[in-house]
Amino acid sequence: MLGQNEQNMKKRMEGRVAANKISMVLFGLATAVGLIVLVLLFYRVLTQGVGYLSLDYILNFPAPYPEEAGIYAGLIGSIFLMIIVAVFAIIIGVATAIYLEEYAPQNRFTDFIRVNIQNLAGVPSIVFGLLGLTFFVYMFSFGYTLLAGGLTMALLILPVIVVAAQEAVRSVPSEIKEASYGMGASKWQTIARVVLPAAIPGILTGAIIALSRAIGETAPLIIVGAATAIYTLPDSLLAKYTVMPIQIYNWTGRPQEEWQYVAGAGIIILLAVLLLMNSIAVLIRNKYQRRF
Amino acid sequence: MSKVMEEKTNVRNEQTKKPEVKSEVKKEKTNSIIEVNDLNLWYGSDQALYEVSMDIPQERVTAIIGPSGCGKSTFLKTLNRMVEMVPIVKTSGSIKYREQDIFSSKFKEEYLRTKVGMVFQKPNPFPKSIYDNVAYGPRIHGVKKKEILDQIVEKSLKGAAIWDELKDRLHENAYGLSGGQQQRVCIARALAVEPDVILMDEPTSALDPISTAKVEELVQELKEKYSIVIVTHNMQQAARISDKTAFFLNGELIE
Repeated sequence: MLGQNEQNMKKRMEGRVAANKISMVLFGLATAVGLIVLVLLFYRVLTQGVGYLSLDYILNFPAPYPEEAGIYAGLIGSIFLMIIVAVFAIIIGVATAIYLEEYAPQNRFTDFIRVNIQNLAGVPSIVFGLLGLTFFVYMFSFGYTLLAGGLTMALLILPVIVVAAQEAVRSVPSEIKEASYGMGASKWQTIARVVLPAAIPGILTGAIIALSRAIGETAPLIIVGAATAIYTLPDSLLAKYTVMPIQIYNWTGRPQEEWQYVAGAGIIILLAVLLLMNSIAVLIRNKYQRRF
Repeated sequence: MSKVMEEKTNVRNEQTKKPEVKSEVKKEKTNSIIEVNDLNLWYGSDQALYEVSMDIPQERVTAIIGPSGCGKSTFLKTLNRMVEMVPIVKTSGSIKYREQDIFSSKFKEEYLRTKVGMVFQKPNPFPKSIYDNVAYGPRIHGVKKKEILDQIVEKSLKGAAIWDELKDRLHENAYGLSGGQQQRVCIARALAVEPDVILMDEPTSALDPISTAKVEELVQELKEKYSIVIVTHNMQQAARISDKTAFFLNGELIE
């Protein structure tokens, strides 16, 4: 009788082990699909672009001949743009998140706002481009300038930053907030001294990831008028500018084959900047590893 | 700071003027520092406390016992209005701290919580150094001078009987301490703002027996200077440390 039971169990055990193996293979395959595509992309970009990659390429302005063309204007434009985006989006985004998480009353209206911010994060970027064109370019008459582009991009990533900051603020354990209130601290004191220091790694990580989304965006900037060929660096907030993705997009549209390689080199630079930003995010996350 | 001192002396005077009103409530010569009258409390539509009336005697240990979910923690948190952090809470009845209604709009909850400190169930130090943990309270109340902060930190840690253990480790992160040490740092942190009353919500439930004994011993020492209200589900503990015991059942004060 006992032996019978044992055998039944063994049979069922075999079934379970087999199911485990099958799912392992399936999930492994799914991962492989993504990896293969990524490797192909890297391979293509690297083989095409490496030939044109040099210090001159980084420090040259766009030129009519592929051999002399460089991404300097785009690189510097992208960096300037990111600074504007970071300042506006992080300040407004973190303030919004703190208001929603700590001050706002819990009712249907604020719930509605919360859900809509999350939806905004999924709105196509071209829509934000149209918004920026209406408001910043025409209504505030900034024209086709760095400021208009930066503000448009800030709007684009604002929802992402708000959501990330909300999550970071929410994950601060209520016990240490209570400890602060329990000693007679006001809400603002508690936020400034307890909540924000504990939430900053989460906020920064979210912000950098949002910024790396912005640095690769092209569509909204085409609409708010980033220049495609420019031979000066932006010297003020109201200067003309271009950014790397626009420059790359422009090169890929040209008929001669050499321009494809120039674009490839641009993509390598863009990827390098992205990689740098993401490693900063990882560094911050590791440095301030949560201890709760 | 001086305002607070003034108020304190005022209140003291008031008490010396009319001690006979309260002497009938308490045996011996103790005064009540907090008086609770007909307190009802609702979480949304669920009533958690029913008509609770009790006095908290000054410089005594009052223990609140009762089964889980009977409202004893809720009651404790009502005493410094921490319970209002849950937005759907409604209360009726009155709580008076030194004759002042704590629910009145003139009475600031920040002031109340300065005078009525709290130690929580789980040790909850900030992720900062031991020094910064204890100095947190004085700092939020505007103390900036390092010498004064140093003094307060030393006095508070001594008050919590942990100074000798930690005096060489003040700048280490409080998370590196054992649970019992963390809890005593939290008590020191509560002492640093110089409250009159300390509320303790099952302060030993997350601790081992040795740490528990240390905290209990500490409570005995603290009652020389502070009024202590301690929630516990351990009858023996209540008997060991308290001068007065209140028994809660289903949100009602039984005795």
